[in-house]
Amino acid sequence: MMERSHDPAPVAPGLSRRRFLRRTGALSLVTAAGASQVRPEGGEAKGADAAGGSLVDTNVYLGRWPFRRTVLDQGEALREKLRANGVTEAWAGHFDALLHKDLRAVNDRLTEACRALDPALFRPVGSLHPGLPDWRGELDRCVEVHGMRAIRLHPNYHRYSLADAGTEALLALAAERGLLVQIAVVMEEERTQHPLVSVPPTDPAPLPEQMGRIPGLRVQLLNAFRTLRGLPLASLARRGVAFEIAMLEGMEGIASLLREIPVGCLCFGSYAPNFYFESAKLKLRESVLDETVSEAVRSGNAKALLA
Amino acid sequence: MRIWDFHCHMAGPALPGATPEEKARHLVAVAGRMGIERLCLYMGTRFLADPTPEQLREQNDEVLRAVAACPDRIFGFVYLSPQHVEASLAELERCVANGPMVGVKLWIAGRCNAPELDPLIHRATELKAVIIQHTWFKAGNGNQPGESTPDDFAELVGRHPEATLVCGHSGGDWELGIQAIRRLKNVHAELAGTDPTAGFTEMAVRELGAERVLYGSDAAGRSFSSQLAKVMGAAISEGEKELVLGGNLRRLLKPILETKGIQA
Repeated sequence: MMERSHDPAPVAPGLSRRRFLRRTGALSLVTAAGASQVRPEGGEAKGADAAGGSLVDTNVYLGRWPFRRTVLDQGEALREKLRANGVTEAWAGHFDALLHKDLRAVNDRLTEACRALDPALFRPVGSLHPGLPDWRGELDRCVEVHGMRAIRLHPNYHRYSLADAGTEALLALAAERGLLVQIAVVMEEERTQHPLVSVPPTDPAPLPEQMGRIPGLRVQLLNAFRTLRGLPLASLARRGVAFEIAMLEGMEGIASLLREIPVGCLCFGSYAPNFYFESAKLKLRESVLDETVSEAVRSGNAKALLA
Repeated sequence: MRIWDFHCHMAGPALPGATPEEKARHLVAVAGRMGIERLCLYMGTRFLADPTPEQLREQNDEVLRAVAACPDRIFGFVYLSPQHVEASLAELERCVANGPMVGVKLWIAGRCNAPELDPLIHRATELKAVIIQHTWFKAGNGNQPGESTPDDFAELVGRHPEATLVCGHSGGDWELGIQAIRRLKNVHAELAGTDPTAGFTEMAVRELGAERVLYGSDAAGRSFSSQLAKVMGAAISEGEKELVLGGNLRRLLKPILETKGIQA
């Protein structure tokens, strides 16, 4: 496996150095990407999934995937699965946001569902679409009525680019309101999509510059690792963009990834109920990680994102 | 629960090691961490879609070295190609009849409904070898020219009802793949090498029966985790999980293992 440069990440413009360091995990954790984050093979094989402490799942959905029913697409079933696996907080979007035009109704339903299921467990993440009329009003409502700390975008399903002026305006307003912006890169791989709904991955290429231009912008990419790797990944990580592990593949995926990006960039995410929750959980065992790194991925980095 | 992994490779950047032996040992070490007892391994340290006879031999040599490095953990499958029938028959003799390998891997050198495959399947069946044929239904007719669909696989099965054939990846787009093979009573489907999309295993068990579904990972390109999760997270019984995770594969391999005097 080729390893990336160990150059220290520059401070992203618009962030205080302290906040940037906190976001990238550099204050309390390992600073630079490198082998020091990963326990060498042959040591005691204690997987991180055996560790105690909290587990923050930054990538779950309520509602039904438009193309298939799943066992956990009833909120109660998902809640029990998350509780049984030690999840203390789940950042939830809603599948209806992919195809519905009335996102206000979707966000209202999402918030109510989270409240009814377990408000301490489910944190609603409202969906926005910068191409819809009065998206600013809906953003305000997400903050002021629902008390949301994060919003979720699906640019590929909503057919806009991150480079569009409307997107830039949304990102700027989200930053101004202190919101974390989650951007879904992929919802389903292209080879298995329904023939009427062929959706390419979201292209995150404009993001590094936007992170520099927009003060205080905080972004997490969801389901990014099916398509994102190499230099584009490193560029995003250097700007402080966060990720999660739901679509991370390859043997010992977390350990391999942490040779390319700072540990502070990486959060836990399952993409349940579309993916089997156990996939993400087992990845914590497959890579043997130092306890501080494990804790950061399990919950610390997610908490820092919303701090 | 005893877990046997039906589908592993040495190629790709996810598996460190300079030699097949190093790669095999690393693969086995990580598999052990995940509770996996045995691995089926096929193809060499690089992916070759349409190998020449010489390349087939090289690929199989690398697997033989991996098996020799971890004989108690790795089962070798011989890589064959319908583009080179005579060379493939020779490799079958060398690696299975006269060697330690216990199965056959067929990938994308040619579609499996072609009659060129028949002598290979016939001889593999005589040797009691388990045969995996890669299959995919890719959206928008995205299959490569030599890449088989589950429909192609069904044709092959129709000509060889006595063979032990496994539908690789369950066709990738598994909701379609499972439907394409569910009427065939003598085939198995494997779960390897696709996203851990919820519902895959439940549908396979519902349509085929748990005794016809095999866990496999497609490691090292895929993680063991995402693929094990398809079974461990599925809403099926513990008994069904035992079958899928290893019981079925042990049953399929038993005849050839007994022939070779391999205890497992």
